[in-house]
Amino acid sequence: MCIKNSRQLKQVQRDFLTRDKQFTRKALICCGTGCLANGAQAIVDEFRIVMKKKRITGFSFEAVRSTGCHGFCEQGPLVIIEPEGIFYTKVKTSQVTDIIDTTIRKGVVIERLLFTNPVDGQKITHYPEVDFFTHQQRIVLRNLGKIAPHDIKEYIGNGGYAALDKALRRMQPQEVIDEISRSGLRGRGGGGFSTGRKWQTCADVESEMRYVVCNGDEGDPGAFMDRSIMEGDPHAVLEGMIIAAYAVGANQGYIYVREEYPLAVIHVQKAIEDCREIGLLGKNIFGTEFSFDIRIARGAGAFVCGESSALMKSVAGEVGEPRAKYIRSVVKGLYDQPTVLNNVETYANVPIIIDKGANWYCKIGTPKSAGTKVFSLVGKVRNTGLIEVPMGITLRRIIFDVGGGIIDDRPFKAVQTGGPSGGCLPDSMLDLPVDFDTLTANGSMMGSGGMIVMDDLTCMVDVARYFLEFLVKESCGKCVPCREGLYQLHGLVQKVCAGQGSEQDLDRMEQLSEVIVRGSLCGLGQSGPNPLLSTLKYFREEYLEHILHRRCPAGVCRDLIIYTINEKCTGCGACVKPCADVAITGEKKKLHVIDQDKCTQCGACMAVCNFDAVEVH
Amino acid sequence: MVTLTINGKQIKAPAGEMLLETIRRQDIEIPALCHHAAVEPFGACRLCTVEITRQSWDGWKNYVTSCLFPVEEGLIVQTHSSEVTRIRCTILDLLLASSPNSRVIQDLASEYGILASSYVVDAAGDDCILCGLCTRVCSELGMNAIATVERGRLKKVDTPFSEPSASCIGCTICAQVCPTGHIRFEERGLKRKIWYKEFKLIACSECGRSLKLTPEMKQYFSERQQLPEDYLEQCADCKQKQTVDRFNRIIDRSEEVI
Repeated sequence: MCIKNSRQLKQVQRDFLTRDKQFTRKALICCGTGCLANGAQAIVDEFRIVMKKKRITGFSFEAVRSTGCHGFCEQGPLVIIEPEGIFYTKVKTSQVTDIIDTTIRKGVVIERLLFTNPVDGQKITHYPEVDFFTHQQRIVLRNLGKIAPHDIKEYIGNGGYAALDKALRRMQPQEVIDEISRSGLRGRGGGGFSTGRKWQTCADVESEMRYVVCNGDEGDPGAFMDRSIMEGDPHAVLEGMIIAAYAVGANQGYIYVREEYPLAVIHVQKAIEDCREIGLLGKNIFGTEFSFDIRIARGAGAFVCGESSALMKSVAGEVGEPRAKYIRSVVKGLYDQPTVLNNVETYANVPIIIDKGANWYCKIGTPKSAGTKVFSLVGKVRNTGLIEVPMGITLRRIIFDVGGGIIDDRPFKAVQTGGPSGGCLPDSMLDLPVDFDTLTANGSMMGSGGMIVMDDLTCMVDVARYFLEFLVKESCGKCVPCREGLYQLHGLVQKVCAGQGSEQDLDRMEQLSEVIVRGSLCGLGQSGPNPLLSTLKYFREEYLEHILHRRCPAGVCRDLIIYTINEKCTGCGACVKPCADVAITGEKKKLHVIDQDKCTQCGACMAVCNFDAVEVH
Repeated sequence: MVTLTINGKQIKAPAGEMLLETIRRQDIEIPALCHHAAVEPFGACRLCTVEITRQSWDGWKNYVTSCLFPVEEGLIVQTHSSEVTRIRCTILDLLLASSPNSRVIQDLASEYGILASSYVVDAAGDDCILCGLCTRVCSELGMNAIATVERGRLKKVDTPFSEPSASCIGCTICAQVCPTGHIRFEERGLKRKIWYKEFKLIACSECGRSLKLTPEMKQYFSERQQLPEDYLEQCADCKQKQTVDRFNRIIDRSEEVI
């Protein structure tokens, strides 16, 4: 089957919707990586087995959909029963029969499978009523968790490829660029460069060949926005790319995905094949004169390959190293041709802008940062997961409304945004609006959208050490300030963590950081010292505490802490087994003791103690 | 031609030229370890960093590597401002910590007043500063026998899988461009060893001395330069001798005629 005109596209949509209407109920099972790890595939299989035995009117196995990520991975596997939107969390295979008999057949809610609000302990029946979702505005993630990502008909059934149809038939390439420019869309990969301006520059360069490349090399620790989009709604990314290619006049596209995202690779590959089959990729797309194809380029998982010039070298099969910055990749990029490189999330924004118009889009968010931003909210918050919020929302609302506050009501200490290139912001900054410019002005950055929340048990020196260690390992090693400078900087921070630092070391760190920022070749080095500089700026006392009093106030840095057992100890012996150092001794039902000479401060005893008997000093 | 200011002096330079060339033409010394006229600029060592500004920038300054920055009209360049010197010294200090035994680095650092590194010195650090000149010239020749492997501080120059490379012709150009002399090769009689690979050396067909040329090199250069087959068979001395002999014979013959 090949779709050659708007009528045929509408027909596919109508066919899907008619078929969908036959089902009185549908079961949406989240099959994102998080839920799969929790056994979601077994739930899908169990549905298949049970359905074979049972015959239910208005429900068949076709109505069981394995969808993309809802973002609420912590509670997985998730099962949602439509049309009511009944929301079941942490579902087990043994409960599938019950779900079919009770909820699908009779529409009765199974109380024990419902989600419990961690703030007030109330059970929540419906999906949109969960705090985690009510405060979000899902534009990019519109289809995630709703459609089966491997079925192109479902995407079309939900209005997919209508924007492409509109762009190809009713808009000139220049009009598409103008629309994107007016929408105020800025690159979601972190830099925040105007997408419209980028496309315009590329279109203006005289060249026979142009490329459209999608950056899916997400590598920040704790970030999974792009992965979830590629896994859960790959067609949105493809549609955005095809529209971009039409706008700038490109005929070949690449999606750069890291090999560590196997599910994303599979889903994107399937989506590409499906598109080719119905004529949405390849020659004469939609029966028009426009031809464009996309290939997947798989990366080996180097963080630096997320940098534009290194990414293009890697796609071309060379060593992934950044190159000189005076040549812009939009003018001379992949294979030395003009190249538009955008992030996964940026492309996913494009179809909806074309569909609903720039005027609709630029009303969302702030005047200078239009639209929404997807974050992966992780760390010490009650609700962790993938979220999408309008730009300009405060950090406080993200952490306390969407995230439900800090686990165990501990005090909030800092939030790390922007990944290894970003910085840590303290509680005094909680009311900052989240947009590209405000975060950068305050020593952090938007980055691609990682957001790690920390409580008082997190040591900020240790956080800086962690990110520097990551960067030392991920530096490509081409230029000296990044390769050697970050290594020495990491050594200096490690010295502080070990309680051997001095106040002069802090000055040296700052001076060295400045040289790394000014002297490095690419963004990795230029922003590498940010985690250190921002923690030094906002948490200097904590560094001084390590240096002057050889004390780690958060009880994290191993060289500066000791574990002891207090009189609350019941002598249960639970801590003896996990102690790899055999440092804990004591008679049964009597107070146990830690041998400080043997203890390596791993904290395993504290983690298992049920009586708060293990203390850290 | 564009007009720019370098260290307060107005200078004209051809458009498209890199700043480093312009600066060096003014007899201003700036170090650059990864730069070589034979290959594209690379920007790895960052020692040629200079400070640039413009009248319109309102005092805002930027720091760029001059080997990779084309001259621009109205650019104001400082090659030795205090900040530039600080960046350069820090880089030398870092290099001295990672390659403490390199004479080239020691000498360059001492020119900038650094006699010992202030950072943690890697006593076992080798002389390779990863300037990439060796890999770039090798790739320029079309061989690509060596490349950088690994990343970060583990990065090193090597052949694929540390095995003798099929494409290496034993030309030793990598060793010759190496600014710190890190790349070495052995040569004994008519044998040469470089990058785990042993090469025979061609002997002069007259005197039998080594031509310092591997058969692979001979084939490569003969094809590339379209040389006659026997062109690379004799050493320079023997060739000279043959020429002299030939001239002598011509002279002898002409004398006979007279």
